[in-house]
Amino acid sequence: MKSETIRTDAPPARSAKRTGEFAPELQLSVDHDLCPGCGEPLALRLVLELIEELGHADNALGIVGIGCYTALGSSIGVDMVQALHGRAPSLATGAKRMRPGTLVFTLQGDGDMVNEGLQEVIHTAARGERVTCVLLNNGVFGETGGHMTATSVLGQRTKNTLDGRDAARHGHPISLAEMLAPLGGAAYIARGSVHDAPNIVRTKNMLRHAFEAQLAGEGFSLVEILTMCPTGWFVPTAKGPGYLDDVIGAVHRIGEIKARPPRT
Amino acid sequence: MTRRLMEGSEAIAEAAIAAGCKFFAGYPMTPFTELLEAFAAKLPAAGGACINAESELEAVGMAWGALATGARAATGSTGQGLALMQESFSELVRAELPLVVFNMARGQFDYFQATRGGGHGDYRFIVLAPIDVTEATALTQSAFEIAERWRNPVLIYGDYLLAHTAEAVEVPAASAPPRAPDWRADGSGRARGGPRHISPIGMQPGMKGIDAEVFWQRLHAKHEQIAATEQRFEAEHCEDAEVVVVAFGSLARFARHAVRELRRAGARVGYFRPISLWPFPSEALARASTGARRIAVLEQNAGQMIDDVRLTVLGRAPVVAIGGISTDAHGFGIGRFFDPEQVRARIESALERSAA
Repeated sequence: MKSETIRTDAPPARSAKRTGEFAPELQLSVDHDLCPGCGEPLALRLVLELIEELGHADNALGIVGIGCYTALGSSIGVDMVQALHGRAPSLATGAKRMRPGTLVFTLQGDGDMVNEGLQEVIHTAARGERVTCVLLNNGVFGETGGHMTATSVLGQRTKNTLDGRDAARHGHPISLAEMLAPLGGAAYIARGSVHDAPNIVRTKNMLRHAFEAQLAGEGFSLVEILTMCPTGWFVPTAKGPGYLDDVIGAVHRIGEIKARPPRT
Repeated sequence: MTRRLMEGSEAIAEAAIAAGCKFFAGYPMTPFTELLEAFAAKLPAAGGACINAESELEAVGMAWGALATGARAATGSTGQGLALMQESFSELVRAELPLVVFNMARGQFDYFQATRGGGHGDYRFIVLAPIDVTEATALTQSAFEIAERWRNPVLIYGDYLLAHTAEAVEVPAASAPPRAPDWRADGSGRARGGPRHISPIGMQPGMKGIDAEVFWQRLHAKHEQIAATEQRFEAEHCEDAEVVVVAFGSLARFARHAVRELRRAGARVGYFRPISLWPFPSEALARASTGARRIAVLEQNAGQMIDDVRLTVLGRAPVVAIGGISTDAHGFGIGRFFDPEQVRARIESALERSAA
């Protein structure tokens, strides 16, 4: 890289840019109406960046579930179908069977995919549908204001587990990625996070593998992305990433759970 | 045109495929099972896909995804399975997707489910009830066009008899392949001028919220237009009838037969059959029953369609039930009414009461 002396005796020739001004072309809006510190816009941005990078901007279809991220739906610059709570993998199945050459992905939260729609994602994975499901997992129903989901970790305080999730009363959390990985139809399963820069880069790579597995016809792929929800976790905005790393990430471990089959 | 002896299930599947249906998903349940079997056997060879869905919830979801890409798609079950699909049904109406649904019902218990439904909000399904296999093939072909014209689901109400009776029917001729609709969201939207979003609340790309009231009003206006346009019926001998018999679906076949026999014997009896259960052919029934002293409703349930008949007749003449609950030991809806003598006796008794 060419070194450049930064002059301090005059105003810079180019004005500074905000992160939003680097938004991918497929992101129709650089602002959003979700809470400060929310991780979901970051995850969506990674998905849209990748669609562009893979050259699929004119051949991609998103199926969006119901949760806070539904509000981001109208800023998605590719074709999109709004599904009912939990049903997105089935819609993705029907769409992909009719358009095998199209990149088809779902965007769902943990309440959507793991609570209401668990059966649908399991069967879609088992059938080996060539679709990519993206799970935005923050361990809480954010849209209703912070209630327990199937992925809430033990001890997690929510509006309906005020003393913390207790296994005896509220059951144990489900780690979806680990549950799907043994299924024969699953080609690539990973869990990433957007709580810091290294993990954002790592998660984007996971999404790349997932989309490539789909496009290569290897089978079903899922990327679970841990996202911050300081509002639903009842922590200050700035503590969101730390809470994710220490509390949520301690149960739902970041990493590739099922790598793509070796290509010959 | 070739004629072939076909069971209703097979004929309906062939008619759907001839109409350009490319996708079917279903979950086995008597007497719908054979329709699923027929699609599974025939659809892949016609370049389509048939999925053995793991639940009715998934079947309707898969059809939803296929429809969104602009493909003609269908699903079905019995009323029991359709009960599971109600949430998606109401949502598909608002997403304005042209689903075709087959209810191979266990009798006529599902009139309310078909015409009122159990989803949420103001919504309507166009419901067509064929009388026999020949009409079922014709209505199945029309159903895909009607659904697409209005961008609204259409339900075909059949039953065990329709699914399992073999009749000599004309093999449906393939219609011209449908044009891919512009509204489709199949990934190509951006290249066609901008991304297409299919949303059950009317949300479009770049929008920052919706006007919910305007959205619901527009849908309501569309359903009023459908109600005025899509009424279908069959009527015989109603002009001078003292008693008009109203029946639908397979049971109407028995009613029609009995009315024709009674007419030959000189009885002043008429026959009226709603082919569209929604929109209910109210204007035609009101005309057909103008001079009647009694309207006799023959349906195989505790009294469901009779509500629509009463809303049509508005007290001008007594509306009486001559049907009732009747089914076989398996609960598949083959009741003791499915007997020309029984049906004739019930109509005769209505005639006697009207004369008294």
